[in-house]
Amino acid sequence: MKGNRSVIPFGPQHPVLPEPIHIDLVVEDEKVVEAIPSIGFVHRGLESLVTKKDFGEMVYVAERICGICSFGHGYGYVNAIEHLMSIEPTDRAKYIRTILFELSRMHSHILWLGLMADAFGFESLFMETWKYREKILDMLEAATGGRVIFSIIRIGGLRKDVPDDVLRGFLPELEKVEEGIRACEKAFMSDPAVLGRLKGVGYISKEDAIRLGCEGPFLRGSGVAIDNRTRGYAAYSKVDYDIITSEDGDSYGRCYVRIQEIYQSADIIRQCIENIPGEGIYVPVKGFPNGEYMTVIEQPRGGACYYVHASGKKFIERMRVRTPTFANVPALAQMLKGCDVADVPILVVTVDPCISCTER
Amino acid sequence: MRISKSPWLLHYDGSSCNGCDIEVLAATTPRFDVERFGIINTGNPKHADIFLCTGGVNAQNQDVVRQIYDQMPDPKVVLACGICACDGGIFKECYNILGGTDTVIPVDVYVPGCAVRPEAIIDGVVKALQILDDKKRRMKQEGYRSLTSEEYRKQLEEKKAGGVKADA
Repeated sequence: MKGNRSVIPFGPQHPVLPEPIHIDLVVEDEKVVEAIPSIGFVHRGLESLVTKKDFGEMVYVAERICGICSFGHGYGYVNAIEHLMSIEPTDRAKYIRTILFELSRMHSHILWLGLMADAFGFESLFMETWKYREKILDMLEAATGGRVIFSIIRIGGLRKDVPDDVLRGFLPELEKVEEGIRACEKAFMSDPAVLGRLKGVGYISKEDAIRLGCEGPFLRGSGVAIDNRTRGYAAYSKVDYDIITSEDGDSYGRCYVRIQEIYQSADIIRQCIENIPGEGIYVPVKGFPNGEYMTVIEQPRGGACYYVHASGKKFIERMRVRTPTFANVPALAQMLKGCDVADVPILVVTVDPCISCTER
Repeated sequence: MRISKSPWLLHYDGSSCNGCDIEVLAATTPRFDVERFGIINTGNPKHADIFLCTGGVNAQNQDVVRQIYDQMPDPKVVLACGICACDGGIFKECYNILGGTDTVIPVDVYVPGCAVRPEAIIDGVVKALQILDDKKRRMKQEGYRSLTSEEYRKQLEEKKAGGVKADA
C-alpha cells in the first residue's frame, strides 16, 4: 500500500532512552521508510568554556562531557596537553590510568548489556547485569572516591595514588564480576527468545561499516579489526591482548564483541596490577601549553579524537572533541531504513549511543 | 515514615552529562532497589507522580520540560537531580544553558551533587513523598492546584519586573 505514510515521533522523552534524541519515523504499515533525527537537546556549548577556565581546570570540564566515559574524556584531554608540554608521566601513573580506563570500559559495556536487555523487554536480565555493574563502581569508588565522575586525573599524572593493597583487592572482585557476566552471557548468546530479537537485526556489512566510518565495537562487530588501543598510549603497549571481532555484523555480533571485551578488560587490569611499578604518580607542570595537537584514544564506544590549540597562555584557544557516537550515526540511519517499528529501540541501543558526548 | 501510595517516577535528561541519569537508573536496580517500595520508573508523564529532572535547561529542551510537567496530573512533585538541575552547575557559564530546572517549572526538592549519589536521590524522593502527601491533602481541603508552566513563567516575569531576583 504505497503512499499511506504516517510519522511516528520517537523521543526526546522515551522509556528506552536515558538520553534525549528525537527521531521522526516515517512508516508505511509496520516498516520504517525514513528516519529523520533532530538533535540539540543536550547541547551545552561545553567547548566554549576554554575561554573561562584555565587549561588545568578544563580537565574537570572535559570529564563532564559524558558521565559514562568520564575517565576517558579526562584522559584524552590530558593526553593532548601533556604532548604539547612534552610531559612524560611516570610509569605508575600510566598503569593506574590504564586500570581505571579499563574499569570504565567494563562498567560501560555492562551498562550497555543492561540497556539492551531492557530494550528487548528482558527486565530481570537488565537488573542482573546492573547488579554486577555495581561491583565495578565499588572498585572505582575505592580507587578514586567517585562513582561516576572521578576527577583523579590531572595534567602531569594523578591527584592521588591508589595503594597496592587496594589494587590487589580488585582481583577477587574481578573474578566475581566475570563469573556473573558468564552467567548472563548464556542468556544473551543462546536464549532463543533473545536470539530472535538480536540475530539478523541491524545488519551492516564489513564494506558498509568501513564506508560509513563506524567506530568501536560497532565496527569490530562487522569484522573489521581496528582498535585504537594498539596505538600504545598509557600502558597499553606493555600489556597483551587481541582485538576482538565478530563476523556476524548484526546486533548479535556487537553483543558478542562487547561481552568478550568485558573479559578482555578484566585480563588487562590483572596484567597491570601484576606488573605495576612502585614510584611517584605526579610530574610537576611548568609553563603553559603552546601549539596544536590531536590525539585519538579508544573509548568504550570507539575512537574519540581530541584536538587542542594553545598559544602559550593560561587559557587554551580551542578544544574540539569528535566522539564515536557521531561517527556511528550514519550507520544508524542506514539500519533504521526498512526496519520494523518494533526493532527501533533495539537498533538505537545497539549503537550504544552517547548523546551527551555527541552534542556536548 | 509511612508511605501512603506507590509513587511512580518520570525521568527526563535535561542537558545533563549522563552521570546523574545513570545514577537515577542505578537507584532502581538491585543495589539500591527503590522498586521494593513500589517506586517504578515509568515512561509516561500521565502515570507519573514525581518528576526527576537532571541537567540544566537549554534553548532546545525548555519546551519539552514544560510539556512533560504540564502533562503530569496533580498532585505532582518536581525533583531537581544534580547540581546542574539545581542551578546550572559547572555548565552555568556555557552559552546554551539558561539555568537550572527552576527557570522553566517550579521545583519542590533540590538534590545537589556531581554526580548525585543514588542514596541522595532516594533521600530526595522520600522528601518528595511528604510533599506529595501534603499536596494531596491540600487538594482535598482547599482545592489546591499546581501552577502550570505558563503561570509559573508569568510569576517569574512579575518577580523580575518587581526588582526581586527570581530565585530569591
